[in-house]
Amino acid sequence: MSKYGILLVSHVSEVVDGISRLITQVAADVPITVAGGTEDNDVGTSLEKINQAIIENEGEELLVFYDLGSAKMNLEMAEEFSEKPLHIFNTAFIESAYSAAALLQVGVPLAKIEKELEPLIIK
Amino acid sequence: MILVLNNEQVIEWMKQYQEQISKNKHMLSELDDAIGDGDHGNNMDRGMTEVVKTLEEKNPSTITESFKIIAMTLLSKVGGASGPLYGTAFLEMSKASKEDAELASLIEAGAQGIAKRGGATAGDKTMLDVWLPVASELKQKSLTSQKLEDFMNLTKDMQAKKGRASYLGERSIGFVDPGAASSKMLFETLLSAIK
Repeated sequence: MSKYGILLVSHVSEVVDGISRLITQVAADVPITVAGGTEDNDVGTSLEKINQAIIENEGEELLVFYDLGSAKMNLEMAEEFSEKPLHIFNTAFIESAYSAAALLQVGVPLAKIEKELEPLIIK
Repeated sequence: MILVLNNEQVIEWMKQYQEQISKNKHMLSELDDAIGDGDHGNNMDRGMTEVVKTLEEKNPSTITESFKIIAMTLLSKVGGASGPLYGTAFLEMSKASKEDAELASLIEAGAQGIAKRGGATAGDKTMLDVWLPVASELKQKSLTSQKLEDFMNLTKDMQAKKGRASYLGERSIGFVDPGAASSKMLFETLLSAIK
């Protein structure tokens, strides 16, 4: 099991699939799982999909990136049920996920990644 | 006199709320169309239909159990922000009801749950602008249907600070908040169920 994994949460499944594809390029060895859309694949987020993506991720702790506010609310609910620690980033979604993935790939410690992403906090 | 809520009243409350939501779902979605993503009516209708069905199936005997079933159903069935917000409210009400079934303290616990989950405060043009004044009116035993209407309408002139409407900035002014509208219906049906 890897120490850190990345979880991407969006209201639309194609959004997280696309970002996952993008960041895998720079982070081939980082576990990445996604939760996009509602159970019926409508626009929205699903607590169950998020729980599932947390469980399936091989990371022991997850760095989490999301798009809009209600994704964060469902993430915080999931955090209460989750046994894995979640580090939820209130940062620009694509840029910060990309940056964190690249840094994790080369073994940069979490505290340093958090510091690097600070200027990207927008929500 | 302290107003205590019993389980029959909770079940009756949810039935009446589901009917109100179903009747008004287009109106709620239209409000949401103006400043949000246009799905509040359908989301709430799907959630409440499932709540009534699940309560019938599981037939809970205490308000603590009922509130928990309502919370878990809304969390899993409502896709938008209203799922985690209403879900958290009922979950906190379930926890609070273990200590005390007094109506005002229950609603107060629900309002605090919403504030914690969404990070909003009074005046942000959200459902809290109904929940917070309702909690204090219940404490003073002075909640009326007219006051509910007033709390909801006060959101019209507010600028949204939270949720999808906040991206509109000043252009969110002039519309009633859809979460405030569905919350108004929640408390209208509460008044009717405890009559």
